[in-house]
Amino acid sequence: MLEIKNLHVKLADEDRVILNGLTLSVNAGEVHAIMGPNGSGKSTLSYVLSGREGYEVTEGSVTYKGEDLLAMTPSDRAAKGVFLAFQYPIEIPGVATMQFLKVALNSQKKARGEKELSTPDFMRLVKERAAKLNIGQDMLKRPVNVGFSGGEKKRAEILQMAVLEPALCVLDETDSGLDIDALRVVADGVNGLRSPDRAMIVITHYQRLLDYIVPDHVHVLSKGRIVKSGGKSLALELEAKGYAEFESEAA
Amino acid sequence: MADLDTIELVKDIEVDKYKYGFTTDIESDFAPKGLNEDIVKFISAKKGEPAWMLEWRLDAYRRWLQMDEPAWARVSFPKIDFQDIYYYAAPKSMANPKSLDEIDPKLLETYTKLGIPLKEQEILAGVRKQGEKSTLDDDGNEVVAGRVAIDAVFDSVSVVTTFKDELAKAGVIFCSISEALREHPELVKKYLGSVVPQGDNFYAALNAAVFSDGSFVYVPPNTRCPMELSTYFRMNAKNTGQFERTLIIADKGSYVSYLEGCTAPMREESQLHAAVVELIALDDAEIKYSTVQNWYPGDAEGKGGVYNFVTKRGDCRGRGAKISWTQVETGSAITWKYPSCILRGDNSRGEFYSIAISNGRQQVDSGTKMIHLGKNTSSRIISKGIAAGRSDNTYRGLVSAHRKATNARNFTQCDSLLIGDKCGAHTVPYIEAKTLSAQFEHEATTSKISDDQMFYCMSRGLSQEEAVALIVNGFVRDVLQQLPMEFMAETQKLIGISLEGSVG
Ligand SMILES: Nc1ncnc2c1ncn2[C@@H]1O[C@H](COP(=O)(O)OP(=O)(O)OP(=O)(O)O)[C@@H](O)[C@H]1O
Ligand SMILES: [Mg+2]
Repeated sequence: MLEIKNLHVKLADEDRVILNGLTLSVNAGEVHAIMGPNGSGKSTLSYVLSGREGYEVTEGSVTYKGEDLLAMTPSDRAAKGVFLAFQYPIEIPGVATMQFLKVALNSQKKARGEKELSTPDFMRLVKERAAKLNIGQDMLKRPVNVGFSGGEKKRAEILQMAVLEPALCVLDETDSGLDIDALRVVADGVNGLRSPDRAMIVITHYQRLLDYIVPDHVHVLSKGRIVKSGGKSLALELEAKGYAEFESEAA
Repeated sequence: MADLDTIELVKDIEVDKYKYGFTTDIESDFAPKGLNEDIVKFISAKKGEPAWMLEWRLDAYRRWLQMDEPAWARVSFPKIDFQDIYYYAAPKSMANPKSLDEIDPKLLETYTKLGIPLKEQEILAGVRKQGEKSTLDDDGNEVVAGRVAIDAVFDSVSVVTTFKDELAKAGVIFCSISEALREHPELVKKYLGSVVPQGDNFYAALNAAVFSDGSFVYVPPNTRCPMELSTYFRMNAKNTGQFERTLIIADKGSYVSYLEGCTAPMREESQLHAAVVELIALDDAEIKYSTVQNWYPGDAEGKGGVYNFVTKRGDCRGRGAKISWTQVETGSAITWKYPSCILRGDNSRGEFYSIAISNGRQQVDSGTKMIHLGKNTSSRIISKGIAAGRSDNTYRGLVSAHRKATNARNFTQCDSLLIGDKCGAHTVPYIEAKTLSAQFEHEATTSKISDDQMFYCMSRGLSQEEAVALIVNGFVRDVLQQLPMEFMAETQKLIGISLEGSVG
């Protein structure tokens, strides 16, 4: 589904290289966890995949479902099924979460040439998905992320994902800021979306999340490239030993 | 050849942007160009007005001759040649229509194109097609759109007023002001000019001399007007000024909600629109006046467009009276407009909610005046200015408390949103308190749409323009909610359209 080859990325207005020859291949149905020290480039990778401005790809390629992902606008990527759950979700004052979801879903449907959902159908969909994430009506009426607690923001991101039903989900530290109970709820929500034609990239610092969302592959990102890949056990190893070993390898 | 293609392309874009820019091909009756006493007499005669009305007009005209155009607003435009304008234009085929059947089908077609199905309304006797559920209403309840009675004004004359009979049953008078002058002269004489006198300002004086039509509303005591009232203004004829005059009287304990909408064809020449609106609310009466102004704004380079110089004022004449202005200003090349409230009655209340959007080369200088005269009067001002392109957007407001206005209260909030870095937003608040017991609060913010917000929206599938429209609709939400339900969805769309091309 996703083929990242030798990706080099620098900041657009600075000579600073952040991704430095990153290669990663993700198939439909798989869950990949990416771990790595602060500043290693995990969020940058997620931004480059979703098309944020400010980064320049100097070398390498990203192919998504056989197409050049880097050539697409952020909205095209979204319509084609790429979704990023933000590490720091953005506030949009005055726009109710419910309304935001509706506009997002319908723009994607329009772009795909599908019929838009009627309001009652849409409401039903959202209510059902929200209930699973313990998100109440009042939160859906509140403006997008405004005044949400850290945990609420993360749950709201997963709700968006559950409503938009993307094919490639990138979750950037969705577990940070969640209490134990919320972590379980969110993980259940994510697991509910696992399917043979959907792939996930889960960025996290903690092995704990991976107890709930069990990955098929674990990768260590350091200084802008993947320095080690393995199975679930790699996460346990990292938890015990830290990143020191890989930092030197990457250098 | 390539140039021609480009021209065609640009034309397409423009037409698309301002979808009301078409012209109706209809024969019109004009007064000769220019302005003098004979023209004033001509207009008055056309309307079959009583002698006192002609005198009133001539008085205004003579005052106007002595006045200068105001120069204090933050707008600039070439000097207007007031002799190069037609002051009266009326579709020829409809001298005195009695019902819809007598009206030129071309006119009706025009209004249908503009989204106002007059005929259908009449046929369905007001069973308006149910509005779609509002997306703002999250609980999913069906929002049943109410019924709206419409007075349609085409160039200088009122074309048709719907729902008259039903309103009459409730004792509500809703008709064109020309008709009111014929049928209810005593009411017009008593109230006309009592809020905005003939010599109030340059444009108001001009209007008083030459106004050709507009709407008249009278709501009798203790009556709640059974439906929304609405006037739709359309400028069509070339080189013609539109000068309408609206007079609304809410008698003791009554309530009325009124909405005006405006559009004009795209023309290379600028068009002048100088309207006057007077509202009178007696004891415990409430008037809610909403405007969705979408006159042609001119092209991207600032060519053409409507000069919108409007005087709107409400008088809370009785105790406990309430007047609320809500305006959504998206059109016009130049807007000069300050809907105001005179809080004369004790315990009266004034409100001003405004969304002013400027794009391209538009210039907006708009705001309000809250004049506190009575005791315990209160007012609230929420202004949301959005500037994009190379436009200039100024909020200008005055809040004043008279010596006797003990415990006067005002809350003002002015928020400006900038899109791009070639536009300007300005806030000019004046405050005068002559009593120590007055409490005036003022808050102001200026912000920009952030790249993060844009990216967040686009990463969810919104196009750049959809993202801007959504963020702006969020920014203006507090004001949008003041509009009658029937017009909210439409207005949200309009906001999106008027910001097209503002990014990228
Ligand atoms: N727009 C930017 N401007 C300046 N520096 C940037 C920008 N984006 C990323 N960086 C820098 O690039 C490096 C990688 O950042 P990134 O956010 O991708 O790290 P991360 O692996 O997600 O870290 P964390 O675990 O703390 O979330 C950091 O040093 C960061 O400061
Ligand atoms: Mg990060």
